[in-house]
Amino acid sequence: MKARVTVFCKEAVFDPQGHTLAVSLRQVGFPGVKGTRVGKVIDIELSSNSVAEAKASVQQMCEKLLANPVIESFSYEIKE
Amino acid sequence: MKAAVITFPGSNCDDDAFDTLRRFGGFEVQRIWHKDRPSLEGVNLVVLPGGFSYGDYLRCGAMAALSPVMEEVKRFAEKGGLVLGICNGFQILCESRLLPGTLTMNESQKFICKDVSMRVEKSGGAWATGLQVGEVVSYPVAHGDGRYWIDEAGLGQLEHNGQVLLRYSDASGKVAADFNPNGSTANIAGICNERGNVFGLMPHPERATEHRSQHGLKLWKSIQTVLTGGAA
Repeated sequence: MKARVTVFCKEAVFDPQGHTLAVSLRQVGFPGVKGTRVGKVIDIELSSNSVAEAKASVQQMCEKLLANPVIESFSYEIKE
Repeated sequence: MKAAVITFPGSNCDDDAFDTLRRFGGFEVQRIWHKDRPSLEGVNLVVLPGGFSYGDYLRCGAMAALSPVMEEVKRFAEKGGLVLGICNGFQILCESRLLPGTLTMNESQKFICKDVSMRVEKSGGAWATGLQVGEVVSYPVAHGDGRYWIDEAGLGQLEHNGQVLLRYSDASGKVAADFNPNGSTANIAGICNERGNVFGLMPHPERATEHRSQHGLKLWKSIQTVLTGGAA
């Protein structure tokens, strides 16, 4: 079973990478870029027996280590 | 007086902390590897040093915060023991929730390595006995992810409780965005927990004991004074 976790900085937190990227995109010919935000994608291989078990496990991983709830939000999808 | 310096994989200021505590703090210093869990019985001060624990992977300090030794450090802090986190140590203290808020990438995206001035915001206690409010101290900073961030409600709590100990300023003590090297919330350079026994800061007091600045000595002197029964 595989899980894909996506972590992003919350809107209220300034994202220097996203800001710089948007400036660069506008400079190289994409004036329509209003803003970008850079996040992280984490792929996990799991030995879980069911989707429910995998979800519970990934939820815990996000809360314990993969995301910092002070500044980040996360989402994930599970693939069999 | 006994101090313990924790070494995580990637710590690189542990020797500086060890040397400073021994030479200028008057401490007998013990080194602790992050995977060990020795008793902290009899230890007065635990220092989490600067560096790049776990290569700063995922988030600075995130994996170090889950090291076995941190459970002991949390217990030590709960009992009122003094815990000091410098630079990466500050990041680890925030990631382990011993301090509120967190450290994020510098606004400029640049790694900053220079001397900074800071205004002392609170006098007394373990970290600022002998220092006056409004006094300016100068320590070097060396970080890429030193922008302290906390939400409005959290900042309100910090200000209300007097937990902000140091703010970036100019040499005269004027606090303004122009003197903030990393874009931190409210120019914050260092904060303590509500109880006042856990202190984290991005600048390096252990590197301000000789040569250009000796202001770091004031911090070691404060800790020494309080631990030996002086004014708190």
